[in-house]
Amino acid sequence: MKKRYTISVFTEDMVGLLNRVTIVFTRRKINIESIAASDSEVKDIHRYTIVVTETEDTVKKVTLQLEKQVEVIKAVYHLDDEVIYQEIALFKVPTSILLQGGEAEYIVRSHHARVLSVEAQFTVIEKTGHAEETQNLFDELEPFGILEFVRSGRVAITKPMRTLTSIVHELENT
Amino acid sequence: METVEYKSNQKTKTQQKMNGAQAVVHSLLAEGVDLIFGYPGGAIMPVYDALYDYENELTHILVRHEQGATHAAQGYARASGKVGVCIATSGPGATNLITGIADAQIDSTPMVCITGQVASPLLGTDAFQETDVIGISMPVTKWNCQVTKASEIPGAIAKAFYIARTGKPGPVLVDITKDAQFEMLEFSYKKFKGMRSYVTCPALNLTKVQEAAKIINSAKRPLVLFGQGVILSGAESQFQNFIEKAGLPSAWTIMGLSALDSDHYLNVGMLGMHGNYAPNKLTNECDVLIAVGMRFDDRVTGDLSRYAKQAKVIHLEIDPAEVDKNVKADVAVLGDAKEALLALFQCVENREHKEWLQEFRKLEFEEYREVIKEELNPSQGELTMGEVIRSVNDHTEGKAIVVTDVGQHQMVSCRYAKFKQSRSLITSGGLGTMGFCLPAAIGAKFAKPNREVVAVIGDGGFQMTIQELGTIFQTKTPVKIVVLNNEFLGMVRQWQELFFDKRYASTTMVNPDFQKIVQGYDIKTKKVTERDQLNASVQEMLEFEGAYFLEVKVGKENNVFPMVPTGASVSEIRLK
Repeated sequence: MKKRYTISVFTEDMVGLLNRVTIVFTRRKINIESIAASDSEVKDIHRYTIVVTETEDTVKKVTLQLEKQVEVIKAVYHLDDEVIYQEIALFKVPTSILLQGGEAEYIVRSHHARVLSVEAQFTVIEKTGHAEETQNLFDELEPFGILEFVRSGRVAITKPMRTLTSIVHELENT
Repeated sequence: METVEYKSNQKTKTQQKMNGAQAVVHSLLAEGVDLIFGYPGGAIMPVYDALYDYENELTHILVRHEQGATHAAQGYARASGKVGVCIATSGPGATNLITGIADAQIDSTPMVCITGQVASPLLGTDAFQETDVIGISMPVTKWNCQVTKASEIPGAIAKAFYIARTGKPGPVLVDITKDAQFEMLEFSYKKFKGMRSYVTCPALNLTKVQEAAKIINSAKRPLVLFGQGVILSGAESQFQNFIEKAGLPSAWTIMGLSALDSDHYLNVGMLGMHGNYAPNKLTNECDVLIAVGMRFDDRVTGDLSRYAKQAKVIHLEIDPAEVDKNVKADVAVLGDAKEALLALFQCVENREHKEWLQEFRKLEFEEYREVIKEELNPSQGELTMGEVIRSVNDHTEGKAIVVTDVGQHQMVSCRYAKFKQSRSLITSGGLGTMGFCLPAAIGAKFAKPNREVVAVIGDGGFQMTIQELGTIFQTKTPVKIVVLNNEFLGMVRQWQELFFDKRYASTTMVNPDFQKIVQGYDIKTKKVTERDQLNASVQEMLEFEGAYFLEVKVGKENNVFPMVPTGASVSEIRLK
């Protein structure tokens, strides 16, 4: 059965590695639903957080193929309930809608969204949460007119307590 | 880290300041390279200029097409066990390498490709002969990188060689911009010693070895499948000791061919689509399947849902990604084959499995009666591919290196060629690259100049890299070329006959006079059309000192049998 998995890939810092990582997916015609690249807690180690909906068998094989790449240090996969994850969404709306009777303002408040910037013509609102939550805010604001919308890829912290530092330590001593 | 000592002429030994192109040459020398295959062009010219000063230490073989350079490097690597090196210019030079790189990737052949690239300020501008070879080669290389500074060259090449030859070997590509080749640097070379993100070989787990041994010791009908892993880890003798002690009938993939003497009493033949009858049939009757350094390719397994379901599977494998990929292993022993086999040897008990081995012999006889007898010793009718290979066997006594192309003649060569020594069969297994043979044979001959190298090619594949006759002519490489000419793309024609109602779409070859073409390269030629000319001609070819071209006119519509049709189970193998 297909489920949503978060794959975390820890890598050396190398030009072109993202391409190598995505080739593992595209070659098997697996759709990457979201991807985020960032630093990790260990100096010089980068991490990609990749979300796919696939069977565990496929995800397991993909993870092994990722680890096979020379500059990939470690790749792990988790189900949604094994990670703490968030996405960030930014909304650009006309400032005027927040002045009309307060309904749009109420929606923003009830979603615990933050106002990042207010200009004469537009206001930028930030909402962090799961995709469903940012989508809900989008759906409610849409009738008022959204000028621009963007949502980041998922970033996730795993619940299992094995640290990257310990993995790296192990690899460096073998 | 210490600086590596290497041979180079007096002038440059003291001269540590050099340009990037010279650094390429010095890095190759530091890796012990003495032979490279390549083709010059604009963006790699500085490296060629540097090579000009090192002709005595680093021989460059000028091929006639960059694809030929890759296959020659592959042939060299496969025959010698060393890293094959090829070199090409940017753009079309680089893209012409891709087929050979993909071939080396799927067949785990250690190869380093060096390409020139346009100067770094021109990257991404669609400059003359610019192509994104890093992007293009990424899916088919084990590793690749682009170098834009001269100071990065020694490090990149050191890393490239390390990655190409360690672990599961493979092709790597280093792309060097032209400005980096001209830029000056202070040269020093440090061998690459490894990196945390790249585990070359998983540590052997002795518990797994014991589990595997326990299963082998209690097996009644065990069958070993061995692949190129045995050859790549240099584990031929450990493998033989292991199967002899435990009395294990052993069948090979074409990549594993020649790792075990063809006439060894436990050698039960070839696996897969055109393999032998017995090992295919009995794969579905064994109780324990022991896979050693092989990856259960679909050409070996046939329908996976009906493959060895009754058997417990033990998989000795260096690459964790191969375990459970196609066939689920009950016990996976990760690690280097030699180490694993040594450990396993200690734990297995002496067995003979005489009755079980007898079952192979019975099916072997059936195959001999139905297929092999007539294929190898026909008394009338057109010449068969099999009898040509038989004749080569008779004269070489299994001591030659046989290089094949792809198709019917490849299957026939693998089925019938005899081997006494490892690394003696060089073929394009995974990718099935027509045109592989001729350049690969050149590479093999350079690797093993004292051994006979026989290139067996079909009339189709011969014309895919026929230009390498020019390389043979120029270098006077004494390879023996046997073209089995059936005036068809035989394997595709066979499939059309069996599965497409004999609709021979675009498989008829109207061939030129190969004799005239080859004579144009001043290579001695002979054409055999009658059975009574065959043996004497093969003998003449093998006794001739230089290169020799033997064309044999074989049956136009002969088929290769046995055969496991696509989608069938291995036990449904057909004898006709």
